Amino acid sequence: MDRNDIALNRFGLGARPGERIGDPAGWLREQMSRYRPALNGSAALTSRGGVVRAIAQLQRAVLEGREKPGDKAAAQRGDDALKAFQGKVRSIYQEQVGLRARAAIASETPFIERLVHFWSNHFAVSQEKMGPNGLAGLFEMEAIRPHVLGRFEDMLVAVEQHPAMLMYLDQIYSTGPNSKTGAAAARQGGARGLNENLAREILELHTLGAGSGYNQGDVTEFARVLTGWNVAGLGRGAPTQLALKAGVPQGDFLFIDDWHEPGARTVLGKSYAQPGVAQGRAVLADLARHPATARHVATKLARHFGGDDPPPALVARLEKAYRTSGGDLRVVHGALIEAPEVWASAPLKFRTPWEWVIASYRAVKLPIDLSEHPGKAGAGFSNLLIQLGQPVWKPGSPAGYDDVAASWAGPDALIRRVEAASQLSGKTSPATDTRALAREIFGARLSQTTADVIAAAGDPRQGTALLLVAPEMMRR
Amino acid sequence: MFDRRSLLKGGGLALAGVAFPRIAYTAAPTQRRLVFLIQRGAADGLSILAPTGDPDFARIRGGWGRDLEGGAKLDMFTLHPLLKRIAAMHGAKQARFVHAAASAYRERSHFEGQNILETGGRAPYAEKTGWMNRLAGALPRSESKAIAIAPAVPAALRGSVPVASFAPSVLPDATADMAARVSALYAPDRQLSGLWDSALATQKLAGQIDGNGSAAAIGALAAKMMVPADGARIMMIESIGWDTHSGQSNRMKTQMNALDALVGALADGLGPAWQKTLVIVATEFGRTVAVNGTGGTDHGTAGLMMLLGGAAHGTGKVEADWPGLSQAALYEGRDLKPTIATEAVIAGAIARHYDMEPARVAKALYPAQPGLKVGAA
Repeated sequence: MDRNDIALNRFGLGARPGERIGDPAGWLREQMSRYRPALNGSAALTSRGGVVRAIAQLQRAVLEGREKPGDKAAAQRGDDALKAFQGKVRSIYQEQVGLRARAAIASETPFIERLVHFWSNHFAVSQEKMGPNGLAGLFEMEAIRPHVLGRFEDMLVAVEQHPAMLMYLDQIYSTGPNSKTGAAAARQGGARGLNENLAREILELHTLGAGSGYNQGDVTEFARVLTGWNVAGLGRGAPTQLALKAGVPQGDFLFIDDWHEPGARTVLGKSYAQPGVAQGRAVLADLARHPATARHVATKLARHFGGDDPPPALVARLEKAYRTSGGDLRVVHGALIEAPEVWASAPLKFRTPWEWVIASYRAVKLPIDLSEHPGKAGAGFSNLLIQLGQPVWKPGSPAGYDDVAASWAGPDALIRRVEAASQLSGKTSPATDTRALAREIFGARLSQTTADVIAAAGDPRQGTALLLVAPEMMRR
Repeated sequence: MFDRRSLLKGGGLALAGVAFPRIAYTAAPTQRRLVFLIQRGAADGLSILAPTGDPDFARIRGGWGRDLEGGAKLDMFTLHPLLKRIAAMHGAKQARFVHAAASAYRERSHFEGQNILETGGRAPYAEKTGWMNRLAGALPRSESKAIAIAPAVPAALRGSVPVASFAPSVLPDATADMAARVSALYAPDRQLSGLWDSALATQKLAGQIDGNGSAAAIGALAAKMMVPADGARIMMIESIGWDTHSGQSNRMKTQMNALDALVGALADGLGPAWQKTLVIVATEFGRTVAVNGTGGTDHGTAGLMMLLGGAAHGTGKVEADWPGLSQAALYEGRDLKPTIATEAVIAGAIARHYDMEPARVAKALYPAQPGLKVGAA
């Protein structure tokens, strides 16, 4: 791969026909100035408040059904509400997928767009639970996009205060045992307690990384710190009552002081005496600055750009950039552009299904028209990614999708890509000159075999399908 | 089989001692049919008709010995057991096998090699017309209607005589065709070819990619187009999937089944016309004698040709001036050495089939090789 290929495919999201960049590194750098977080067409999406309102309505209907065991009508209303909700959420999800795909395919700042996907996967929320349903796309838009060239700490806070994350990791149920509400519940024989999920995943996945020096005690203490972190307008109790009283819009972050475990907490050997929500923010600030976080973030970025086995020199380079800049992602991402390891000429990564689909659409200039019905194109994309084994925003765990070839390069996966390529090529023009297209897309790395097989194709569409599954297309 | 006192002169081998008198016409000319079945991808002749009697064979290819169990023994060779119809044809004197054959091409690029095989040119892409089109031009009109079963007219059939191509949409599974092309695409890529071969091998897939079904359908289609009084008399069929850089043992099984099914369906479809049909099966070059690190072979030089059909005039013996498989005997230390020219075999077979002067045929089909020596065979 030459520097052109590398900039377009390893840093970017895939070459487009006729795309020429004179100064690959310069092109990448100036994308950082041109990047705008706003997502085209997002105004048409159901808002965060709208989704949370739908979730809250469903919760009420389902709860009513449960609370009146003999009342068949109530139970039926609960079932109907669930079906309606699932249908609504499916549409919302597909619209969000459609916008994400369109943005990726059309992006003129593909390096930054790639970073959005990276960070969204790092702070993964998974859609299959009822909780964050319908929110994952908004989460990426609201918590990731605005901060991808900002400070890691700001992204971290935005992520951990977003309803998608709070619901996904069950934070909304977490109550301090000695908090006002917790203590009252205990006196009445009820069970209101801590939920450690969010605290654990922040330490293990989002910041320090597994095995980097925190222990179970730190997890529990941190969970106590986070009690009270909640979502306005959920359920029938405090999150809704308090939000109404305080005028916090449904779906926004809400701190419920009555649920917060009182007192100073000790996390990773440091004491935090701040009151209320400030306590959690202080811990997050320190986690963002922690050397283990620098190393963890550097390793994941190095794996994403430098190869499944992240080159140690690259990890060190990125770690240094993180630490010396205080976690300024603009600086860290800039260090990627300057890193010789990322400019290695051999292909370093096997494209994930998402990457392959986006690169394919960019290569053969398949249009996505979202003007009429955003959900329809989105449904197509989401089904395609399901077929290929990487449903958007549904990794199944907060660790997100794996970033190594072993997860994606398998016999069945190849079959599915060949099938998908045949489907996609059916939408291309029968007059495509696939030999010329192969030269344009693959540039210096087009192999003789690939050129020959494409040239020998039965017809141009078959040629396009072969181009899309060529080895040059599978790797970056 | 001929012994080593061979007459290797300037690339052409006259099949000494095999001279036939001009045959009086016993059949009306319009009954003669010709099929050229090109194996694209460099078919491994040493697997199709294995020189099991060669003292070095076991050492080199012994690992794949099991694949030959039950295969027909022909002189010092064993025919791949899955070529059942072809074995039967051989028994009925409707097959000739010519081994250690190669065209004038000595490099190892598929597309260049195929171009030389199809155009008979002096260099790849030097000649714009194909030998089949030039043949059609030399035959009476009643015998020269030519069709290729392909999406576009292949090089062998390009030229001044108008020919047709027919890409059947009635065939099952474009998938089988696509799968074979993907195999070709991944052939040089170790990771992808390993995964792809594994995918194709799974049971689940076997039902979806039925190479036999579509191969038989192609054979039947070709026959159907040639049977009518005003039907085609010259046909070209393309066969793919031969570039077995990896997983050759399994892939050859698929290839053998498909080839046998195609030829069998062709014979069945032609019925009595099979008696007057000549099928030429050839590939651009053979493959390396040694097995590589991924259970396959790489591009080689000499390989196997087959002539099938009632008009093949089989003798029951394999035709080969066998060069041997010892290290010293190999071409460039890696390939089977060619001892007969593909062009000579084709020209000789064509001359006999159409009752034409061998020298005239050689000149018409291979003008770039004035030194080509052809006996009427």
